[in-house]
Amino acid sequence: MELNKLFAVSLLSLAIVGCASSGGTTDEAATTEAAVEESQTQGVPGSPDLDVVTEEQAEMAVNSLLEQTIVYFGYDRSEIRPEFKDVLNAHAEYLVANPMARIVLEGHCDERGTVEYNLALGERRANTVKRYLIVQGANPSQMESVSFGEERPSMIGSDDSTWSKNRRTEIKYQ
Amino acid sequence: MMKRYLSILLMSLCVSAQAELTIEITQGIASSIPISVVPFKFEGTAKDSVDEIVRTDLERSGHFSLLEPDDMLSQPQSEDDIYFTDWRLLKQEYVVIGTISALPNQQYQVRYQLFDVFNEKELLTQSLKGTASQLRDIAHRVSDAIYEQLTGIRGAFSTKIAYVTTNSKRTKFNLSIADSDGAREKVVLSSKYSIFSPTWSPDGKRLAYVMLEDSGSKVYVQDLVTGKKQLVSANKGINSAPSFSPDGKKLALVLSKDGNPEIYIINLATRHWTRVTNHYAIDTEPNWMPDGEHIIFTSGRSGNPQIYRVSLSSGYVERLTFEGSYNARARLAQDGRFLVLVHQAKKGAPFHIASLDLVRGLLQTLTSDTELDESPSVSPNGVMVMYAAKYNKRSILAAVSVAGDVKFLVPSKNGDVREPAWGPYLD
Repeated sequence: MELNKLFAVSLLSLAIVGCASSGGTTDEAATTEAAVEESQTQGVPGSPDLDVVTEEQAEMAVNSLLEQTIVYFGYDRSEIRPEFKDVLNAHAEYLVANPMARIVLEGHCDERGTVEYNLALGERRANTVKRYLIVQGANPSQMESVSFGEERPSMIGSDDSTWSKNRRTEIKYQ
Repeated sequence: MMKRYLSILLMSLCVSAQAELTIEITQGIASSIPISVVPFKFEGTAKDSVDEIVRTDLERSGHFSLLEPDDMLSQPQSEDDIYFTDWRLLKQEYVVIGTISALPNQQYQVRYQLFDVFNEKELLTQSLKGTASQLRDIAHRVSDAIYEQLTGIRGAFSTKIAYVTTNSKRTKFNLSIADSDGAREKVVLSSKYSIFSPTWSPDGKRLAYVMLEDSGSKVYVQDLVTGKKQLVSANKGINSAPSFSPDGKKLALVLSKDGNPEIYIINLATRHWTRVTNHYAIDTEPNWMPDGEHIIFTSGRSGNPQIYRVSLSSGYVERLTFEGSYNARARLAQDGRFLVLVHQAKKGAPFHIASLDLVRGLLQTLTSDTELDESPSVSPNGVMVMYAAKYNKRSILAAVSVAGDVKFLVPSKNGDVREPAWGPYLD
């Protein structure tokens, strides 16, 4: 019971940390991007020139990140791995910037464990991505989550590399 | 440990698109009872050989070793022709003889006798009637009666199993029912969507199952006589893991409509809902206890999946499994004395089927030859567990006794077979 509480708390804090440090490797980049985010969410018009350049650069980076629509998970885990935060941040920014955009989050599992437990675990994987995107500013009404459990593997096989490819949440723009 | 190998093609007469299940006995009990079932005297022709089915049934139970007809010194067809000394010489403890006679209206009468070789005494005699197509049912009834007479446990050869077959690309799914030996397979539902968690109503007339459509999982109940399927639950989120109450009037299932997978009960007549569990961890795989007052289920509330029991009157939740890193999808055997479940001893270890004696608290891993064992389902007499597993890179059904001493594989000729559900007694 305690473990799960801890897990939920750590997930939240990870999400917050991810929000603050997204995209950049230096403190400066992080601050700039945070500022950009703020200007977007507040919808402040007429940003200074310096910010416009940063936004363009950010846009290019974001576009390549947006092409990544799958995040992977550890065995029997549903928390977001740090290496997928940039990707999710990019999708969150896109959703914020495009309020009409809609996505479906499909949660999947590898074949190990029971069919029903995996159906529930797949939903958790979809929902942690959903919650992360919400924390980043996306509107909950832009997202649907659905679990396919272990029923729709992306690869067929019974080895570690296949399993790691099947433990995933797929972001599908509608 | 006595190892035997027997492969019998049981499905020579089925139509296309079927799995064609066969049975390979891989382990029987060392102290199995030697019995001879003499070919029955039969005037006429029929596709099913009653005595052959009886031999196969008894052999498959693991409790008997059957003498091949070719190894018999004589093949008596009446009591007067039995020379007990011959059977003693062959170290047989029991001998079964029978006759099948044609009656008017395409009916047949099967009469058989079971003899105790040492005491030279008749233990059982029965006369059963049916059409040619019912000879297989009659044969299973003969097996049931002999099994019960000699083991004291009701036979379950006459029962049915349900299971799901799929092609290797997983683009076509069939929900099928068949005799417990895999014969007479009948497809009850075909779909492009994955079907899982089939479960029988206590009267054996309906199946509840989950269909995973593009929009998510939904629970249906299908009438096996009319074939009509009825949508029971299509709430937002997960709708899954149905389990009938012992009276067949309610269905326990899993819904995540309130944000998290929880166990709910729906009254099938009134459609009234009640929520059973309330926890932020995964709660799933409910299974009703025979008393109708408790439900066992899988929960991740301790950090990994374990089995719990909830009282429906008080809501009190008690943890039942403590050994192992993953215990899930428990089913009850022998009036709730045993749990049969999917068990992983420690992280990274293989998934096997285990039994947990709830009285003595002993957990025993039952399987070892198969991989990724899941979906255990217990025969109504509480003796055998059928489960799904990976074997030679394919999904097959396999069975193991709750005691762990009998094992057989049920490979199919075509595609993968998953999600077995052993049906109830039909009378």
